[in-house]
Amino acid sequence: MGRIVLDKVTKTFGNVEVIPPLDLTIEDGEFCVFVGPSGCGKSTLLRLIAGLEDVTSGRVLIDDTDATEIPPAKRGLAMVFQSYALYPHMTVRKNIAFPLRMAGLDQAEIDRRVEEAAKVLNLTDYLDRRPGQLSGGQRQRVAIGRAIVREPKAFLFDEPLSNLDAALRVGMRLEISELHNRLGTTMIYVTHDQVEAMTMADKIVVLRAGNIEQVGSPLELYERPRNLFVAGFIGSPTMNFITGPEAEKRGAATLGIRPEHIRVGEGLPWSGIVGVAEHLGSDTFLHVHDTGLAETITVRVPGDVEFKHGDRVVFGPDEAKIHLFDANGLRKP
Amino acid sequence: MATRHSRSAARLMMAPAVILLLGWMLVPLTMTLWFSFRKYLPLRGGDLGWVGFENYVRFVKSASFWPSVQATMTLVVGVLVITVVVGILLALLLDQPMWGQGVVRILVIAPFFVMPTVSALVWKNLMLDPINGFFGHLARSLGLQPVDWLSQASMPSIIMIVSWEWLPFATLILLTAFQSLDSEQLEAAEMDGAGPVARFFYIMVPHLARAITVVILIQTIFLLSIFAEIFVTTGGAFGTKTLTYLIYQRVLESQNVGLGSAGGVYAIILANIVAIFLMRIVGKNLDA
Ligand SMILES: Nc1ncnc2c1ncn2[C@@H]1O[C@H](COP(=O)(O)OP(=O)(O)O)[C@@H](O)[C@H]1O
Ligand SMILES: [Mg+2]
Repeated sequence: MGRIVLDKVTKTFGNVEVIPPLDLTIEDGEFCVFVGPSGCGKSTLLRLIAGLEDVTSGRVLIDDTDATEIPPAKRGLAMVFQSYALYPHMTVRKNIAFPLRMAGLDQAEIDRRVEEAAKVLNLTDYLDRRPGQLSGGQRQRVAIGRAIVREPKAFLFDEPLSNLDAALRVGMRLEISELHNRLGTTMIYVTHDQVEAMTMADKIVVLRAGNIEQVGSPLELYERPRNLFVAGFIGSPTMNFITGPEAEKRGAATLGIRPEHIRVGEGLPWSGIVGVAEHLGSDTFLHVHDTGLAETITVRVPGDVEFKHGDRVVFGPDEAKIHLFDANGLRKP
Repeated sequence: MATRHSRSAARLMMAPAVILLLGWMLVPLTMTLWFSFRKYLPLRGGDLGWVGFENYVRFVKSASFWPSVQATMTLVVGVLVITVVVGILLALLLDQPMWGQGVVRILVIAPFFVMPTVSALVWKNLMLDPINGFFGHLARSLGLQPVDWLSQASMPSIIMIVSWEWLPFATLILLTAFQSLDSEQLEAAEMDGAGPVARFFYIMVPHLARAITVVILIQTIFLLSIFAEIFVTTGGAFGTKTLTYLIYQRVLESQNVGLGSAGGVYAIILANIVAIFLMRIVGKNLDA
């Protein structure tokens, strides 16, 4: 089990309110990702759930029992820190065994669980090394190993991949997703990277300045962003925002269109001059200027096309994929 | 310092310092070795020529020799244990966020700036004196018989004085070590179910190992040559005659430079034995 409910939780540091009253339910077995720009309170929220910070007001419920006053060790949650927080003077084996030793398990059981975790995480050959002798990805796996041996109700990850290089990040992303599929345990995962959020989550919670902007599945967020912030945050390259006559024509203050929902071809309504053309092979991203719509419009063209700097391009939106927002930045139905 | 040219330039630049330090060490060392093989009594005939190892034999055969080695060891070990243990506790305390932290830290460091002679005098007259001292007053106010610390518990008194002088150093080094401890490690341990005591022994103490090594090594070097505190308080009486003090007595009170020098050579050997011993047990902490 691992159902976590935040009930009007707030957190203030001194007189700065980092988390305004916030309600959220994370279902058992769910992979929930908190995503938002740096400093928006993601870590704070995670630490409130873990019990490493005390809530200023409100309640944290774990499996329908009030855990607000329960100390971190007794909440049955395991956390993987951004810095990994491995114990540098202990071997990998001792690191992974530490929570079990603290729980007072007998040695045979400890050995069994450590060996098992090591096998799952491909760490068997490294059990007698110290963290200092491991690569970043291996350290990350030790930190995960230390979390899984406890068989917790839920895992909490705080930007676990941000210290890894890009290739390793993609690999670890898959490993964590697979781990979730196999264990079926609730996972709460904090990141500022919307790609991680989109690829891993069952449910994404978009945060801004401690406020929940939107909760939903990756596709819901992509297809029906509730406001301009979510629309701009989810999706890569980011959505184009157009104000002025084009938006007014459709009865909105702002018109949003994703780069992948713009087509290129003669006879379409918009045109401009190509500034930079990014050739990725599978796609080409055109950054178009002088369109009279916005500073730059990003257009994603499938495949490799022969556009270069200074070329004139004619393009237009896929009308069905247009997002409309009112003057307050909220989505128009 | 990649090129050959810059390396030789570096050598040239370092030369004055190296030569100065070498001279500083070698001249007294050579003189000590030289005198230790001669019969040299400044007030009773001056330099009376070579005597081979006679000074060495006499120094060891003297009834004061082994007790002085013992006294030295007691002093060094006693002070090390007190400064490290109390230093860890004080550092732990000072690392907590509290009101007036800056001022408290400066106060804790203050004893380090007091000269040994002065602090020994202060302790002798203001704290330990059975009639005027603070401890004497304290004992009387509790209805107890005041203790004449310096004669009845002379070695513990000196250990107390020297510990007081060295505690700031130990505390300071250990405090910086505490401050370099990653707070996420403590939080991880907390989530792993380690209580405050377990966190202290499993996370903090291992983290401090290197700092403790540094404290022990540096303090040992200075503690082996403690002199002023003994001179001012007991004058070497009541079992407080350390090797350093014995050498002083041989050279200045008995006016026997040869014998004292032989003692000096023993002191050097002792210091090296201690150093090797320490390096063996704690030195591995410095590698990692
Ligand atoms: N212990 C603290 N004391 C004061 N302010 C803090 C503390 N921890 C975090 N904050 C503030 O709370 C805000 C949110 O921080 P954090 O949760 O770490 O953001 P994120 O993880 O989303 O980048 C930041 O503005 C930060 O300065
Ligand atoms: Mg953070």
